Amino acid sequence: MRYSGFRVIAEALTGHKGWKPVWRDPAPQAEYDYIIVGGGGHGLATAYYLAKEFGQARIAVLEKGYLGGGNVGRNTTIIRSNYLLDGNEPFYEFSLKLWEGLEQDFNYNSMVSQRGIINLIHTDAQRDAATRRGNAMIMHGADARLLNRDEVRAMYPWLNFDNARFPIKAALMQPRGGTVRHDAVAWGYARGADQRGVDLIQNCEVTGMRIENGRIRGVETSRGFIGAKKVGVAVAGSSSKVMAHAGMRLPIESHVLQAFVSEGLKPLIDGVMTFGAGHFYVSQSDKGGLVFGGDIDGYNSYAQRGNLPVIEDVAEGGMALMPAIGRVRLLRTWGGIMDMSMDGSPIIDKTGIEGLYFNGGWCYGGFKATPASGWAFAHLLAKDEPHKTATAYRFDRFLKGRIIDEKGQGAQPNLH
Amino acid sequence: MSQSHRIDAKLAGGQIDRTRTLRFTFDGIPYQGHPGDTLASALLANGVRLMGRSFKYHRPRGPISAGSEEPNALVELRTGGRQEPNTRATVAELYDGLEANSQNRWPSLRFDAMGINDKLSTFFAAGFYYKTFMWPKSFWEKLYEPIIRRAAGLGSVTREEDPDTYDKGFLHCDLLVIGAGPAGLMAALTAGRAGKRVILADEDFRMGGRLNAETFAVGDSQGADWAAVSVAELSAMPNVRLMTRTTVVGAFDHGIYSAVERVSDHLLTPAAGKPRQVLWRIYTGHAILAGGATERPIAFENNDRPGIMLAGALRAYATRWGVKVGERIAVFTNNDDGLRTALDLQAKGVDVVAVIDSREGGDLLPGIRHLRGAEVIDSTGSLGLKSITVRQSNGRSETIAVDALGVSGGWNPNVNIHSHHRSRPVYDASIAAFVPGQDGPQGLLVAGAATGAMSTHAALKTGRDAAMAALGLGTGPDLPQAEDAPVRITPLWHVGHGKGRAWIDQQNDVTVKDVKLAKQENFTSVEHLKRYTTLGMATDQGKTGNVIGLAIMAELTGRSIPETGTTIYRPPYTPVAMGTLAGRSRGKEFKPFRLTPSHHWAKEQGAVFVEVGNWLRTQWVPKAGETEWRQSVDREVLATRKSVGICDVTTLGKIDIQGTDAGAFLDRVYANTFSTLPVGKCRYGLMLREDGIVFDDGTTARMGENEYVMTTTTANAVTVFRHLEFCRQCLWPEMDVQLISTTEAWAQFSVAGPNARKLLQKIVDQDISDAAFPYMGAGSITVCGGLRARLFRISFSGELAYEIAVPTRYGDALLREMLAKGAEYDPIVYGTEALGVMRIEKGHVAGGELNGQSTALNMGLGKMVSKKKDAIGMVLSQREGLTEESGYRLVGVKPVNPEAKLTAGSHFLETGAAAVAENDGGWLTSKVYSPHLGCDIALGYLKGGDRKIGQRMRIVNLLAGLDTEVEIISPHMFDPEGERLRG
Amino acid sequence: MIIHHPILGPRDAQEFVYLGDATLIDRPDGMTAGVEAFHDYLYNRDNPAGEHRELWYHEQGDRSWLVVTRNTVTHEITKVELARDVARARGRTK
Repeated sequence: MRYSGFRVIAEALTGHKGWKPVWRDPAPQAEYDYIIVGGGGHGLATAYYLAKEFGQARIAVLEKGYLGGGNVGRNTTIIRSNYLLDGNEPFYEFSLKLWEGLEQDFNYNSMVSQRGIINLIHTDAQRDAATRRGNAMIMHGADARLLNRDEVRAMYPWLNFDNARFPIKAALMQPRGGTVRHDAVAWGYARGADQRGVDLIQNCEVTGMRIENGRIRGVETSRGFIGAKKVGVAVAGSSSKVMAHAGMRLPIESHVLQAFVSEGLKPLIDGVMTFGAGHFYVSQSDKGGLVFGGDIDGYNSYAQRGNLPVIEDVAEGGMALMPAIGRVRLLRTWGGIMDMSMDGSPIIDKTGIEGLYFNGGWCYGGFKATPASGWAFAHLLAKDEPHKTATAYRFDRFLKGRIIDEKGQGAQPNLH
Repeated sequence: MSQSHRIDAKLAGGQIDRTRTLRFTFDGIPYQGHPGDTLASALLANGVRLMGRSFKYHRPRGPISAGSEEPNALVELRTGGRQEPNTRATVAELYDGLEANSQNRWPSLRFDAMGINDKLSTFFAAGFYYKTFMWPKSFWEKLYEPIIRRAAGLGSVTREEDPDTYDKGFLHCDLLVIGAGPAGLMAALTAGRAGKRVILADEDFRMGGRLNAETFAVGDSQGADWAAVSVAELSAMPNVRLMTRTTVVGAFDHGIYSAVERVSDHLLTPAAGKPRQVLWRIYTGHAILAGGATERPIAFENNDRPGIMLAGALRAYATRWGVKVGERIAVFTNNDDGLRTALDLQAKGVDVVAVIDSREGGDLLPGIRHLRGAEVIDSTGSLGLKSITVRQSNGRSETIAVDALGVSGGWNPNVNIHSHHRSRPVYDASIAAFVPGQDGPQGLLVAGAATGAMSTHAALKTGRDAAMAALGLGTGPDLPQAEDAPVRITPLWHVGHGKGRAWIDQQNDVTVKDVKLAKQENFTSVEHLKRYTTLGMATDQGKTGNVIGLAIMAELTGRSIPETGTTIYRPPYTPVAMGTLAGRSRGKEFKPFRLTPSHHWAKEQGAVFVEVGNWLRTQWVPKAGETEWRQSVDREVLATRKSVGICDVTTLGKIDIQGTDAGAFLDRVYANTFSTLPVGKCRYGLMLREDGIVFDDGTTARMGENEYVMTTTTANAVTVFRHLEFCRQCLWPEMDVQLISTTEAWAQFSVAGPNARKLLQKIVDQDISDAAFPYMGAGSITVCGGLRARLFRISFSGELAYEIAVPTRYGDALLREMLAKGAEYDPIVYGTEALGVMRIEKGHVAGGELNGQSTALNMGLGKMVSKKKDAIGMVLSQREGLTEESGYRLVGVKPVNPEAKLTAGSHFLETGAAAVAENDGGWLTSKVYSPHLGCDIALGYLKGGDRKIGQRMRIVNLLAGLDTEVEIISPHMFDPEGERLRG
Repeated sequence: MIIHHPILGPRDAQEFVYLGDATLIDRPDGMTAGVEAFHDYLYNRDNPAGEHRELWYHEQGDRSWLVVTRNTVTHEITKVELARDVARARGRTK
């Protein structure tokens, strides 16, 4: 079923009786060519592109809970490609370009909205770093602008310009950055994959991997054994748990990241903004809630909930930047599990087990990567070669010293 | 007529002070109320039922509740910088002079142009926007989304700074009791009488909880009176802290709870020196959740009209506030509690025209028209209820004129706090509601209606028993007599009828039809239901609507309610102001200021300061007549290189390292060797992280056989110390080495320039001639006739230079003394800008180069990494990716045209190469204007840069459209032979 | 969270700085171990969902490094030791 404005009107006039299920609920088959473990954004995108772009069939996505219940259903919805390093920027720019055509591609309005992102600058050193970054972005084909203080002030005159502990001096802007309606990304990919014959199997937890002679044969699940020629794992947050079934230890720790939404408000912030002197970034959703976040809690956790100090820290950053929001109320906090990798960058790679592939280590930047991650992982699964934008995302980069450390924090995951 | 709907005091006095009148306005219209009123009760007393508009369809709405679960009656409270959007009128305490305005409407609440959405609602079914607005592509951002965004949100935000202050506080107790209804009061009495430290917190401004809204007795007195007596007893106990207006909003790990106390929200403005609100962090031994239960409605067509509310709320308005919501009232219920509302209202002289009871059979209420097996199926009255349509048990429909309807679909225990650690509530069919499940927060017990124990007796008993269990008490107080009525309910979630809309989430306008559409499209998981329809995502977080929605989904899918389950409960329990969470950390007080010892002197001189982390450092010190910052900086550089300059370098980290293994320890934490350093000398040290990347640098001096003094960069003072403690305690616990940070203990100044020695000799008591104190010398000295000090002959500027340290409290005096005693050398004080100029002229690495991504090899310091000893980072620094010849190398850069400007962050390109990533040669890390070279100069990381010295390249800054031809030079741009610093 | 410091008693976790898995104590000897051993030491983690021994530093306190045994699913802390004692027990001593 194709979605369109005409269809919406036609259905409205006939009592919405014609809307079909957005996806089937198939029973798992005995064997597939491809099993994607994880029905979050990356897993669903992988299945979608495997079917659509790489012409593959006999594909299943196994999800232990509900589709889109991973971090794609629990994030601050930002898309951008304002990365610094050669290993990252082409990949994220590829992702942004995919975002730009995504809705037409999968015929689902996920509200990709490029209202711009600005990173506020408070010191000369930050300006130097932003200049380096902005130039790197442009040289990789992305867009970047350096705004001076007056230009920032013209955009958001009510920010703290006159009584700030760390005054705003400038901002690095990516006009093509923005936000996306996150759940709709999962649903759009799921629907597109389902339409192309992919079996999306919910409430199906992988409990083991059958490996014979160094080769994957399939996965044990809560719904029985399912055979597969190739298995791709895309379960960021739980990567260590799932890959332990294959006996692998990963350069990843699981950490909790909290995020926040305020009550619905009339328009205040058009684009996305990050505070450069504290842990705070914010945008406003199309429904009016301020969607914001800050730093991770900082300790290993699978609890999917955080603690009070980080909530306070984020609010302090928000108030320091935006003194007018004192009476705006925080409505809801939530916590997700992040695959924090050792250099802050992801892994999309083969493993030492033939037919087993891994996609993870997204830290708290996985949402914006969803389309490119799916595409690149599908590429790797189908062709056994990394996609040209993801060649740096290898396991062996740590052994070889080819680390991709945007923040320069070293092998300490909670600092990335 | 003023307060037309206030019930005669003889029939329902209520807990309001009728002897005093408070004036307030709503949408500019003046009204009157009494102390004890909420904004909602006062408006209802004045016959105002319409208080808001819904989010999506702008449906006219009035309050459905009398508490914090309210989805509809949201107003903008106050004005100016205190304007507060989305404030629930049902909990806003009335004060004299209160100003409130309705929101999400234009031009007025009664006539709202956006009400057109309601007429078109069939086109706006759940999730319709996911299926359209995709063509043409560019229209989403240009047309569709801007229209949607303009319509978004409820209340509006001021652009002014919030003038009020907020505080944070910390409390400790043996037992935190959350909620001061019968269960909470009984728990607090039990614990309080046992001498335990108790905190009793309630979100209401009056303790007593539901007892304030009921008429039945506890012991020999009215429930509300028993509550008052109990509160009085508790308030007399020194071990009990009573906190009204305090909502416990979150349960965190290890018995920590957050609570918001609304100190001043019931006042026009906070009293002098008082905060608006306080965020309390409460550390508890145990806690008892006695948060009661929340009534839920029954969905039927047009069940959202102003005047239709929860039956218990109708009762509360009558009993507690002496307000009858309408002149002709009906009740629609599926349980016995609804009957209680009818009886209570009737006893207060309110005209109860019918009780519509969905249950078949059973006794009829005396003296009231009690329709069994009947359902309310529709209503009329666009801005306020006019009539309801009732389908009787015989199938006949009847229209009954009423202006208020109380609806009771049963009560949901308030399990939220218990579920904040993701414990899933379990369904109890006997009360048709979810009750707390297993694995709640450690140390948290639940009592009263929050457990599903709905009678007053059960509340008192479970409250007492929970306190006894939590505290291990063998005995507790006797329980007063109280009603112990069983819950009698036959679940009814929604009324099946025609094509109209039956509302579940009234704020987000989610209807039964939306749930059906979600089912039809296979969004059947309760999480999908929520996300697809927005059920429960409004400011009330679905406190009244969620369970109905999931029950209807259960019905549609054929799954049971327990199988369908709930979504996750997350903090905060009710929304919390950002100002409260931030407390004092805002404006200039966002972070503390760290001031250098020379700060006051510099301030006297009119110095310009710069934020360096939390430090405020002198950036430059302008002299009279200097109008451009460069004039000051150039002068400071030239004067230093000509004679002598002084710079406060106290911010550098300083660590004393002592013990018989101190030298060996330094050998392991530095890439280069320190155990061979002679006493009385210092050495530049390079510290790596274990991954082989440069962590920090600085000089370390050997002050004695087993005594070293390390300096770190300002930025890494804390992290280096932490790292050294890790090495000492975790890696090499056998070493005899002790560390102490002395960053704050010593004021340290760099004294640089050809006359540095001469100046210093005037204050240093010992001989510091070149022979006595050679280059890289270090030692303990005295100054000014005996003050202990430390002197290091080190140079960051390339000049003959020293760093001199005195105890911090003498720093200011030392600076003034040096300037006075050395006046003949015209000493100047230079700031961080001149410091930067001179270090870049000398090619020393600092912040821009020490970026956490660079190796010693990148910095041209590869030879410093000794492979003859084990040190942190030595092994992994040898990985292939970090040792390539084509890797980045530190170079100096100057423009071919001396007039040309450089920008740090610009990238290197070969002449003629396109500005694309494949040609990217590296970037400029730091840039200054060098008054000696008469042009901009820079340091940069250039691929294979050590082999490109002398070549010409371009640097481009694509952000500014700059493209400049430059010469690659050695990073040592000034006095490369180092003759000056050895002078 | 609250960490029961073996010397100082219960302290709010906010006073501490977190590092990571306590296996970071088991640093190989750089004169005998090579890149592979250091790679495994520095980068790879068990990252368990359950009991986890981990390093916390009492930065706003007595500067002790502690080994805290904490469940990463429930956050329950069952043991707190001085890291120095743990290191010694693991043979990191003369």
